[in-house]
Amino acid sequence: MTLNHPIDDAEAARLAADFPALDQEVNGHRLAYLDSGATSQKPTAVLDAERDFYEHHNAAVHRGAHTLAALATERFENARAKVAGFIGADVDEVVWTSGATEALNLIAYGISNASAGLGGEEAKRFAIGAGDVIVTTEGEHHANLIPWQELAARTGATLRVIPILDDATLDMESAAALITPEVKLVAFTHVSNVSAVINPVSELVALARAADALVVLDACQSVPHMGVNVRELDVDFAAFSGHKMLGPTGIGVLYGRSELLNALPPFLTGGSMITTVTLEKAEYLPAPQRFEAGTQQVAQAIGLAAAIDYLDAVGLDRIHEREAELGARMYRGAAAIPGIRVLGPSEAALRSGVVALDVEGVHAHDVGQYLDDRGIAIRVGHHCAQPLHRRLGVTASTRISPYFYNTTAEIDAVIEALGEVRAYFGLAD
Amino acid sequence: MGSPELASLYQQVILEASKQKHGFGLRPEDHPSNHQLNPTCGDEITLQLVTDASGETVEKLAWEGQGCSISMASASLLTDLTAGLPVAELPERIGLFRELMQSKGAGIEDDEPLGDAAALEGVSRYIARVKCAMLAWTALEGAMMESAAK
Repeated sequence: MTLNHPIDDAEAARLAADFPALDQEVNGHRLAYLDSGATSQKPTAVLDAERDFYEHHNAAVHRGAHTLAALATERFENARAKVAGFIGADVDEVVWTSGATEALNLIAYGISNASAGLGGEEAKRFAIGAGDVIVTTEGEHHANLIPWQELAARTGATLRVIPILDDATLDMESAAALITPEVKLVAFTHVSNVSAVINPVSELVALARAADALVVLDACQSVPHMGVNVRELDVDFAAFSGHKMLGPTGIGVLYGRSELLNALPPFLTGGSMITTVTLEKAEYLPAPQRFEAGTQQVAQAIGLAAAIDYLDAVGLDRIHEREAELGARMYRGAAAIPGIRVLGPSEAALRSGVVALDVEGVHAHDVGQYLDDRGIAIRVGHHCAQPLHRRLGVTASTRISPYFYNTTAEIDAVIEALGEVRAYFGLAD
Repeated sequence: MGSPELASLYQQVILEASKQKHGFGLRPEDHPSNHQLNPTCGDEITLQLVTDASGETVEKLAWEGQGCSISMASASLLTDLTAGLPVAELPERIGLFRELMQSKGAGIEDDEPLGDAAALEGVSRYIARVKCAMLAWTALEGAMMESAAK
């Protein structure tokens, strides 16, 4: 059944009741959790799914012939199929990782290994070196910047960075100029974790295709919040984390096109990823198993599948719409306060529900402390995006990141508190 | 407005010190110095230990940096506290301040030797902010180590 009425405050409050951690007082106030961009809270259904696995089916997967091992393997692989369906991929295109960071490093180290001559004939397509170029952007989370810096350093390739404009949107003229035929890989985020910018994926993919470059999408801030179909987006790889989408920590996903995953040399090696091993060498299983060395995060994968069931039941389109509404309310309220500068574009269509801002004269840590005193949980700091902050002329910002379980009353409480911050710290308007 | 706990964290003396920033501005000449960075929030400080000709008495600390009101106030109050003190007494004061910051809101028996910096006691209730308050004091320790190494 697909619901199509908008999520209102009454429904948000009903949904919030499914999340035990949201039902508590902090500093004498009911918790207003607005840090879901860092990590989301978990519904009982996810906690139960993990607990049920440990209580009834816990066993090592893909080995052993006993009944529990078979049940565990079935549930683990069902979870993979669930993720694949959720993002429009085939089941063998979903690789489990510990999170998006590992997923992005897996690509970088796979390319590195190919560049060092590993992986045989089929891996040669990934090999890069001096004269080749990797492209990323100034608006990235460190997890989609540093792995490429390191890959460039290991291979001798050059890293080019697409600059952002004053409103934190990508400078697409520069992008067109930077993505030349020497470019082998273009990595960018779907949605910024700070500026809320939704990047023009199709335009960037077109530029990358014209250069015959691979496309890597950081989907951490999009997959939990909007319908994402990797096939429609036409990206080669995509990475996201389970814990930002109601799932457990320690589980993440790398999507890769099947023919690429089966040609990319493995990153981590060891048990469960091989066909034949001699004392001299090993042959690897096809993807996704070739990237899943060692004991896997089975309970976490099953928890993530339960999270996807929950998100599907609420409806990604409705979630996206609700967050846009909360984000727009937050944006309007914050932008109207003297001395507050909201980062990112003003046009709602370019923004996700995230709102990061700078309170003139008050450090983000002090802003966060003031809000925490009201039971409001938001994130302060550079949010793992130092170059982005530096470009926007601030060292740190205050970030409000709502999810569908937040209410307009919570947004209004943040706006009210933000309106008091400068006076509290002795700054007159 | 804020709770009493918040008011004890952000006492008037702290808010004022965070704006006045006593000692702000590095000296052009060479002095034992140290740079500290809190990577989680980007707060940073560079601090110079300026002594008299004998090297035994603090003339005045000089520092530059950016950060939250707690880190800035702490640097300012440290500058006030140490002006004119024998260098040999610094480790004891720094140790006492560290003890106060680690007291989890309980305070310490005798905070008299910390002067106005004792007003930072409220920080010890907020574990995430202790590092902010310690930034300048850690930089002073670093400067003293550089001084001793010379």
